[in-house]
Amino acid sequence: MEHRDENTRQPEELETLEPQLREALDNFKSSVTAWSEAMMSRPREAKAPARTNWGLVAKWVLACAVFAGTVSGGIYQNHRQQEIARAEAAAAAARAAAQQRELAAQAQKEQSAQSAADLMAKVDSDVSQEVPSALEPLASLMTDDQAKGN
Amino acid sequence: MIKATAQETAAQEFDSVVASHRVQIFRFLLASTRDVDLAETLTQDCFLKAHRNWAGFRGESSALTWLMRIAINLQKDHWRNRRLQFWRHTRTNAVDLDEAGEWLPSGERNAEQRILAKEQVAHVWQAVNKLSERQRTVFLLRYVDELELKEIAVTTGMGEGTVKAHLSRALARVRKEFGKD
Repeated sequence: MEHRDENTRQPEELETLEPQLREALDNFKSSVTAWSEAMMSRPREAKAPARTNWGLVAKWVLACAVFAGTVSGGIYQNHRQQEIARAEAAAAAARAAAQQRELAAQAQKEQSAQSAADLMAKVDSDVSQEVPSALEPLASLMTDDQAKGN
Repeated sequence: MIKATAQETAAQEFDSVVASHRVQIFRFLLASTRDVDLAETLTQDCFLKAHRNWAGFRGESSALTWLMRIAINLQKDHWRNRRLQFWRHTRTNAVDLDEAGEWLPSGERNAEQRILAKEQVAHVWQAVNKLSERQRTVFLLRYVDELELKEIAVTTGMGEGTVKAHLSRALARVRKEFGKD
């Protein structure tokens, strides 16, 4: 088994270093050696093993639960608002379509009423111009306006 | 009978290894962690692990480099576990840099020399604190435990060129720390 003579083995590159740095590294080694020797020879005391800090664990768990609740609540709320908005938009579209259909039907109804009225007026006009054959010479003397006035 | 003698010999060899290298392993771990309790625990774990695997040690590398490799791996595992088990109440006893720099061997220095030496040590600690994990390991193995570059390469599993590069960067950092004055 090899044994080191610590006083005789120094890194050879120390010789090439600046004197101040060399001295500092020497002092550093001496300091660490003195410290470790002092600590090795000090009386030992029994230490309790590291305990799990349950308070800290509980705080972490609580914080995680609150965070998860906040995030999932936010997501749910957002999702719900989107659903409501979508439903409202669909209802508004249905209402608009129904109104449109109603207006179209009303316009069509008005149009057919108008055409019926026009037809009736034309029939009336045609009928009013119809006269017995004995009065035909007189009827030819009447203008359309006069005939309508009757 | 022969088996018992072989076991006895192995136990004696291991005792000798512990006696020879315990100081160095502890010193490296103390310098790496600046935590006396942690360094003691990791040193114990290192020798426990080494004892369990002593039969498998073939002497391809020196016992010290083998033990250092175990110590470095244990240290890495410790920090990894600590990062993963962030909820565990682990007291950190790492001393601050000023306190670490207070130690000096009781030699025949005068007060002025001691103050100067403490300042220098403090500067080196400041630089070491700013090094990456690998640079720090290489630096401490070289300038505290005084391992050869080849031994450091075997211990850390890096190439010798990489070790040199890390060492050079670490020294540059120490120089920079001194240049601040």
